[in-house]
Amino acid sequence: MSDSYERDSDDRGAAAGLAEHGRPPVLEPGHTYATVTDQISSIVLARRAPRSWLFGFAVSFVFFMIFLYAAGYLLARGIGIWGNNIPVAWAFDITNFVWWIGIGHAGTLISAVLLLFRQAWRTSINRFAEAMTLFAVACAGMYPLLHLGRPWVFYWLLPYPNTMTLWPQFRSPLIWDVFAVSTYALVSLIFWYVGLIPDMATLRDRAKGTFAKISYGILAMGWRGSARHWKRYETAYLLLAGLATPLVVSVHSIVGLDFAVSIVPGWHVTLFPPYFVAGAIFSGFAMVMTLAIPLRAVYGLQDFITLRHLGNMAKVMLTTGLVVAYGYLMEIFFAWYSGNDFEWSLIVDRALGAYAPVYWSLIVCNLLVPQVLWFRRARRNVPLLFAVAFVVNVGMWLERFVIIVISLHHGYLPSAWGMYTPTVWDFAQFFGSIGLFLTLLFLFIRLLPVISIFELRELVHETSAPPA
Amino acid sequence: MSHAGDLYGLLAEFEQPEELLAATQRAYEAGYRDMGAYTPIPIDGLAESLGEVHSRLPWLTLLGGIIGGVSGYVMQYYACVISYPLNVGGRPHHSWPAFMPIVFELTVLGAALFSVLGMLALNGLPTPYHPLFNVPEFKLASRNRFFLSIQRRDPKFDIVATRKFLDELHPHGVHEVQL
Repeated sequence: MSDSYERDSDDRGAAAGLAEHGRPPVLEPGHTYATVTDQISSIVLARRAPRSWLFGFAVSFVFFMIFLYAAGYLLARGIGIWGNNIPVAWAFDITNFVWWIGIGHAGTLISAVLLLFRQAWRTSINRFAEAMTLFAVACAGMYPLLHLGRPWVFYWLLPYPNTMTLWPQFRSPLIWDVFAVSTYALVSLIFWYVGLIPDMATLRDRAKGTFAKISYGILAMGWRGSARHWKRYETAYLLLAGLATPLVVSVHSIVGLDFAVSIVPGWHVTLFPPYFVAGAIFSGFAMVMTLAIPLRAVYGLQDFITLRHLGNMAKVMLTTGLVVAYGYLMEIFFAWYSGNDFEWSLIVDRALGAYAPVYWSLIVCNLLVPQVLWFRRARRNVPLLFAVAFVVNVGMWLERFVIIVISLHHGYLPSAWGMYTPTVWDFAQFFGSIGLFLTLLFLFIRLLPVISIFELRELVHETSAPPA
Repeated sequence: MSHAGDLYGLLAEFEQPEELLAATQRAYEAGYRDMGAYTPIPIDGLAESLGEVHSRLPWLTLLGGIIGGVSGYVMQYYACVISYPLNVGGRPHHSWPAFMPIVFELTVLGAALFSVLGMLALNGLPTPYHPLFNVPEFKLASRNRFFLSIQRRDPKFDIVATRKFLDELHPHGVHEVQL
């Protein structure tokens, strides 16, 4: 690197990566304010979508329709169409809920926590990780609602003066969940939107069509990059990041409490809140990787989403994966150390009972496979990273299935044991929600900048001497 | 030359953030106050070089958090103790530890909403129309150019002298902004 890079070899420049030796940069050299602006905004403003976009959108949309069909049939017939029954009253629905909400943690974590820690590498991935968060939370929210049985009276969950003179049970974690998830959804939405405002102005100024100009203009709210506005903007963004960070931790902790506050064997564990948070980060980063790797290939974003990003995400996955592995070990230890026959019986049933293949698949997916990330060569092998991330996504879904279904099917009394078998509608609702998620994501890629343009310009400002 | 009454001010265009920062400081020293700087990225110290900056935003955020948290607690207290006391497992009606998660969530919600809405309100957004948008080159303020405006309402503003002053700062160009 030339002298121009050494100028910035303070900690800010080091965070941006160009001054370090032997590590890929967070932004390939040679970019200017204009090139990053043009390249990212051209994805949105290009007249035609690439064929791969059309194909992906079409497939996602079909699955989205399956979701709507399954939900429609559910509303008509009731939740008897699912395999849930006593004793396994929570099954795919809550498994999917926890899985999606966990995926929804990476976005805010990348945006907020890494912003507070001044990690410049977050810049290229925060925007679509935030979008992913929103869409994942939207998918997550569907399941408790559909599982209500009468989703059209969902507002009974909210405290409001009503003719029944009843209130929600504020001592129940399930009501805490209502507040946690809805707050999280709303704060994630405004965090995402605030981040988009300056980019909306860029798109407004660069759009050719009248409709695009007006639409982006409305969303930009008249942003003109005034220095005084930037000042307040940055203050607000930092405050939001500071607020979102404990919020992320609280949301999955409360989801963990949904289980830990009960007395079901396998659920009544003090470890659950932190263990759930680690699992959420683990699965969230896995999903970001699963999406980022095809995205950068299709849209040629290798300059912005570099091997450095993928490597760092792999390290976060490895670390949180180890925390999760610790959780698996401690579940076994607690059951043994408690001396409680019911708890121990559940652990034996997990490993050797009817659902044992699910448990061992989980161990392979979440505990064994991610260990390959210890090796630097693996962290630089993009197809391998994609495969590992995909396997972790599957593993995290299996983990929630193990926690929810196996615990419920093997309670205290053998007379109350029972099996759960998913029906075709369980699967339709699950795969359909992936369609819903991907449909929203494809629309996002087409209509909004997938990478924060103004933050990339800042990165140009920080990492290189501006061109003369 | 347009009619002076239709003039919002003058707009100087720069290619580098450092040039804009230096120009802004020069203009402030020259006595101009009704100025604005417009950039595609936030620049450290630029707002300060336009004059004193006091942000009430942190206080607004704190206020939002307090309102959210207190109303969350009061709501739960009212529901569980006054409106519909219900004995759950012999716990006291005022079982405050169980109220904390919702108090926390509503604190964050209140603070976040006040922070964002406060930022927009203090910035005067949304602003659908602004005279600066009349300058075609101003589109680049969201791409790669850095602008300094001096408004006509500034007591020191004089169309000839101010233009001469701006020209001396070696800008890429100086534009007249129509109302």
